[in-house]
Amino acid sequence: MNFKNGKELLELCEKEKCAISDIMLLREAMGTDRAKEEIRNQMHRTWNIMKNSAAAPIRSPKKSMGGLIGGEAKRLSEHQAAGKSICGDTLSRALTYAMAVIENSSSMGLIAAAPTAGSSGIVPGVMLALQETHGLTDDAVVRALFNAGAVGYLAMRNATVSGAVGGCQAETGVAASMAASAAVELMGGTPQQCLHAASTVLMNMLGLVCDPIGGLVECPCQGRNAAGAANALTAAELSLAGIRQPIPFDEMLDAMYEVGKRLPHEYRETALGGCAATPTGCSLCSLN
Amino acid sequence: MSFISVFDVLGPNMVGPSSSHTAGAAAIALLARKMFPGDLKNVEFTLYGSFARTYKGHGTDRALLGGIMGFSPDDARIPDSFAIAEKKGLSFRFLTNLTENGIHPNTVDIRMADDNERTLLVRGESIGGGKVRITRIDQVEVDFTGEYSTLIVIQQDKPGVIAHITNCLSEKKVNIAYMKLYREEKGSVAYSIVESDGNLPEDAADQIRRNPYVHDVMLIQSQQGGGLR
Repeated sequence: MNFKNGKELLELCEKEKCAISDIMLLREAMGTDRAKEEIRNQMHRTWNIMKNSAAAPIRSPKKSMGGLIGGEAKRLSEHQAAGKSICGDTLSRALTYAMAVIENSSSMGLIAAAPTAGSSGIVPGVMLALQETHGLTDDAVVRALFNAGAVGYLAMRNATVSGAVGGCQAETGVAASMAASAAVELMGGTPQQCLHAASTVLMNMLGLVCDPIGGLVECPCQGRNAAGAANALTAAELSLAGIRQPIPFDEMLDAMYEVGKRLPHEYRETALGGCAATPTGCSLCSLN
Repeated sequence: MSFISVFDVLGPNMVGPSSSHTAGAAAIALLARKMFPGDLKNVEFTLYGSFARTYKGHGTDRALLGGIMGFSPDDARIPDSFAIAEKKGLSFRFLTNLTENGIHPNTVDIRMADDNERTLLVRGESIGGGKVRITRIDQVEVDFTGEYSTLIVIQQDKPGVIAHITNCLSEKKVNIAYMKLYREEKGSVAYSIVESDGNLPEDAADQIRRNPYVHDVMLIQSQQGGGLR
């Protein structure tokens, strides 16, 4: 039981009459020779770390190691609680939690990379927002995380999830793609719809550069996690409405990888271009 | 291509902010600590490249110090490692080297010492996603990751020593995944590095030590389900 690309994954789902998450769990069980129950339990632990990392900075905000961020999640949470959000409940929660996880990470809190530390806010942000606004169980979310894992695995296998190789599109782009696919399964969409959503995210985030101020995982990373969560929910909504994505996921993944490899090195985590090279970005570097 | 687990995608679980600069740093130091047999009293870290330039903002220093005290990359005590080390009476120092060229950008040299003049130098590289490799032990260049259980034999480069090692392992029914020999020059000190899937039996190490040409044996057991889970 294994699959090398999105096409094979969909064929397996069709053949076995099951969801993407089921195939990914089965693949893990067979590939590691472990019981499904044990693997599910491990994913519950991952989900608990995700939830805690989203909650901690709202309860007690901390300044980041580099001093560029801190306190944003609490502000957003208060803004929303005051009834001032212009985004609606699910999206505003997703933004808050996505930013919270990065805040937690940048102040040396415990996180689960998803797929990287710099993009670790998007999957928990989207999952937690949907759980809270739609009354979903932890079991349902944990199942959806295997769906997210399938999309991330394909990106790791066939492209890259490293900002130093493919820019921010490879980190927050893939994270949002994982979150979109998982959200579609969580809300009752088909495997095909999951990959439509994943593909749409890659399309909408194509070309995003990695340009961290001072070389630190703080700014623009935190805001891009919020934007990635918004992109994920946007793509999931389109797909669940039955809108078809003309370009298959596998082809968008190749396109993302090609674009990434052709990015000049200034835009691949070197802190030599983009936001990092603006006069203000440079002056903030000296904080480090 | 090695198997990509769902927990390689949703993971590692780690103290932030960076898998390479924080989690990887802790993982290197944890491996180094497992290789040092003495009672660690003094440690000096020399940081190169990107480690040297950005270590404060990434908490690389706290992660290294945490790792050397035995903390895993997901240990919540890492942010407080300075205070913990002081309490333990472990003296530590961080140096930076920005002039060395031709070296992986996330490299650290860890020099460990006890009170009895026993010292060990370990060089590690953080190669992305929290994954690491050890590239030097004292003056000898090596290459292993610690993802497998690893046996390191420090020996005189003499005929028959390798046969002795493999005999001891075969008697204990150890299935060798990889075995490599590293040496500075012919006849001098050599390092045999054996990697195995399962845990390596302690008594195999004891038996290997009995050979007169074997100076020392280090045993690094891989953690359940990989080093970073």
